[in-house]
Amino acid sequence: MNRYTPLRWKRVSLLVDKKAVAALGAFLLLVAGVAILSLGSGDMSIPPAEVVKALFGAGEGMHELVVRSFRLPRILLALLAGMALAASGAVLQGIIRNPLASPDLMGITGGASLAVVTFLTVFSDRANALTVSIQWLPLAAFLGAFLMGTIVYALAWKGGVTPLRLVLIGIGLTHAVQALTTIMILFGPIYLATQVHIWTTGSVNGANWNQVTTLLPWALLLIAWIWISARHLNIQELGDAIAGGVGSRVQRERLFLLAVSSALAGSAVAFVGGIGFVGLMAPHIGRRIVGSSYGALVPVSALIGGFLVLGADWIGRTAFSPMEVPAGVFTSAIGAPYFIYLLLRTRN
Amino acid sequence: MNGLETKALTLAYGERVVIEGLDHVFPKGKITVLIGANGSGKSTLLRSLARLLKPRDGAVLLDGKAISTMSTKAVARKMAILPQSPECPEGLTVFQLVKQGRYPYQNLLQQWSAEDERAVKKALKTTRLEQFMDRPVDSLSGGQRQRVWIAMVLAQETDTILLDEPTTYLDLAHQIDILDLLYALNRNEGRTIIMVLHDLNLSVRYADNVVVVHDKTVYAHGKPEEVITPELVQKVFGLECLIMPDPVYGKPLCIPCGKGGRKDHESLRAVDTQ
Repeated sequence: MNRYTPLRWKRVSLLVDKKAVAALGAFLLLVAGVAILSLGSGDMSIPPAEVVKALFGAGEGMHELVVRSFRLPRILLALLAGMALAASGAVLQGIIRNPLASPDLMGITGGASLAVVTFLTVFSDRANALTVSIQWLPLAAFLGAFLMGTIVYALAWKGGVTPLRLVLIGIGLTHAVQALTTIMILFGPIYLATQVHIWTTGSVNGANWNQVTTLLPWALLLIAWIWISARHLNIQELGDAIAGGVGSRVQRERLFLLAVSSALAGSAVAFVGGIGFVGLMAPHIGRRIVGSSYGALVPVSALIGGFLVLGADWIGRTAFSPMEVPAGVFTSAIGAPYFIYLLLRTRN
Repeated sequence: MNGLETKALTLAYGERVVIEGLDHVFPKGKITVLIGANGSGKSTLLRSLARLLKPRDGAVLLDGKAISTMSTKAVARKMAILPQSPECPEGLTVFQLVKQGRYPYQNLLQQWSAEDERAVKKALKTTRLEQFMDRPVDSLSGGQRQRVWIAMVLAQETDTILLDEPTTYLDLAHQIDILDLLYALNRNEGRTIIMVLHDLNLSVRYADNVVVVHDKTVYAHGKPEEVITPELVQKVFGLECLIMPDPVYGKPLCIPCGKGGRKDHESLRAVDTQ
């Protein structure tokens, strides 16, 4: 049992997968590295060592202002959104037992997008000003995701929910919701179209500390919750009969996990829009590295997701400077071919 | 000594009734094999014994208590089920799969007790899988893979083990390997084994007790020697056959009267009357 070390203390016990700990450490370093590079890039270029100094409050005044007030919220938002989307995807892949499941393909991010577009349409006045506080936007996205998850689940219900029905109904509803979103944009005022378009493609442009502090507790709490529910996910992956046989309340756990997954995807969409394919790719890469056991997969996938969005945002704002390309464009540019590759691979 | 029993059990899929008003006791500490034609409801019956299918009516009792009234984890500590051809996620290792048999003993805080470790080690040893522990399950052969699933069920440490066609898709040597393993578990550790098997001749070799599922009920049950007759096979499977004691073990041997290799009908009758 070289790969594992048991930890036991009184009535608490845990089995630690050393390989997962190593992978986690490696990705933490990687994420930190990209974050520092990204913090140093922009109109004012700051060398990595100065970035680190600035972060800890020991840098030049100007550096500190740029790093901590302007760039850090955006970096953290990208990281958190990536983590949330990845964890959400990891959960969906487990309960649906299909590597192609993800919050985008299941209509969950679509539901959140529709909710946000509806919100912007309903609560905007002629002068493009919101009639209610922007603080309500995350709640709308969250509700949209949650509602969509529930509708998919309810429609798939037939004395229990089978993974296949869940996927088919999810795919069907994704298209319906996209159509509705388009209708919303068509009927809305013209300026809304541009605004919504940038938002639905996914961008962390214009992030502020307020958004970070709102998303942070949600994302971390829900990811931690999934992580401690890992054994329920592990058993779900073995199929309903095995899970039921060892005493899992399969349908209850599945509904609950779907809710947590929707909440995570919704909270990410609320702040950064539909950054596509992260929920699909990250858990997949994670599986390749640490295997299918969720205790290891959840934290590793989350970090990979954070890394992907962080990297996409960094490239997006530096490669075509002074123009900014939304992060979602890059994740989709890598994600779409990856999805096709997955499809081809599962077919064999 | 109650073991597992059914009381006025009725099972149905929608409008279609599969089992109707069944009262039956599965003897404790024995190997019971459910046999019957395709679609006779033997797998359905097994699933309901394992509480994976809700009865339309009636109840399944475990040690005298209705399983529907017990917590599902409490049931899982007494009875395990291995469904037919379960699927394993890609890349999951033997150890990672087998340790999930400990699910009913774990909770938020207690995720890997010394007891869990001991049970998993023992299960791996019994199924001769120790050296494959860190191998992905999908890299193993069919026979080894089936042993992994059995190891998972063993890690559950239950008195009763239910299995739905544990030998499907295996070649004959591996079928015997799996059945020998189950036989040893029964004889050495006194575990109650209830399984569905397809092969009639293997069923009677390993069963202490056969249960013939036919016509929405248990049509016949008891020792294989007493139950398996040409009349029963004709009635239940719609197959004309001869039954004779096999020359080595003396268990009933079913010889189907198919066309393959047949010279003429008379020579078969000659054997029959000997």
